[in-house]
Amino acid sequence: MNKEDYNKYISMRAKKSPILKNCCFAFLIGGFICTLGRVFLDAYIYFGIEQKDASSLASMTLIFIAFVLTCFGVFDNIAKIAGGGTLVPITGFANSIVSSAIDSKSEGYICGVGAKIFSIAGPVILYGITSGVLYGIIYYFCTFLR
Amino acid sequence: MDIFLNYLFAFVIGGAFCVIAQILIDKTKLTPARILVVYVCAGVFLTAIGVYEPLVKFASTGATVPLTGFGYSIANGVREAVDQKGLLGAFTGGLTATSGGIALAIVLGFIASLITSRKSK
Repeated sequence: MNKEDYNKYISMRAKKSPILKNCCFAFLIGGFICTLGRVFLDAYIYFGIEQKDASSLASMTLIFIAFVLTCFGVFDNIAKIAGGGTLVPITGFANSIVSSAIDSKSEGYICGVGAKIFSIAGPVILYGITSGVLYGIIYYFCTFLR
Repeated sequence: MDIFLNYLFAFVIGGAFCVIAQILIDKTKLTPARILVVYVCAGVFLTAIGVYEPLVKFASTGATVPLTGFGYSIANGVREAVDQKGLLGAFTGGLTATSGGIALAIVLGFIASLITSRKSK
């Protein structure tokens, strides 16, 4: 059996991932998390916090919830069903940091937890900030020339 | 009724962002980390060209809670900082705007490594 046949055989035997079902769960759970964020946002605004601060506080509340669920080992069970539904909201970012920290504990606190806590969040921060700086420089020169 | 619509828009737009990610997971070989990077950069880009702000007005947390919203905060923070401080702002704005979430997440991550004793990824 050559490589091509083998690949064909593998893709024939591999379980087809039920994409429609996955998308439904991602939509429902992802939508629920965003709606929950909105509930917190409205609550903070109701208690007299300024819109912008209330928005960060709402995200931070979701981060805290993701932390609690990750510590109790529940988050992963939800993520198995939700897929993109828990990955894309800020909860996925929080979970990646918290679970990396827990998993790398055995490697020590400096080179283990300290370094590996950023194993998924690091790329996000790096490319997010870099594209932000790039945008800032372009924006600066655009307003400068005007 | 108005409140109900607000929640509905947040639900639908937020859910739509997650469905796009789910399709990327199922149809391509992109790892979760790559998808998150794509989302953040897309958020910065869409905010820079002025497409994302109307979406945030429309869906609020439906657009700010997904990781594209992280990019939105970075780009918005950078623009405000450049307006105030000039070129220096391009470097200070992004991290300042997102510092709350990042700081909280890493502190909680550290606490989690202290208090948990089992593997719970």
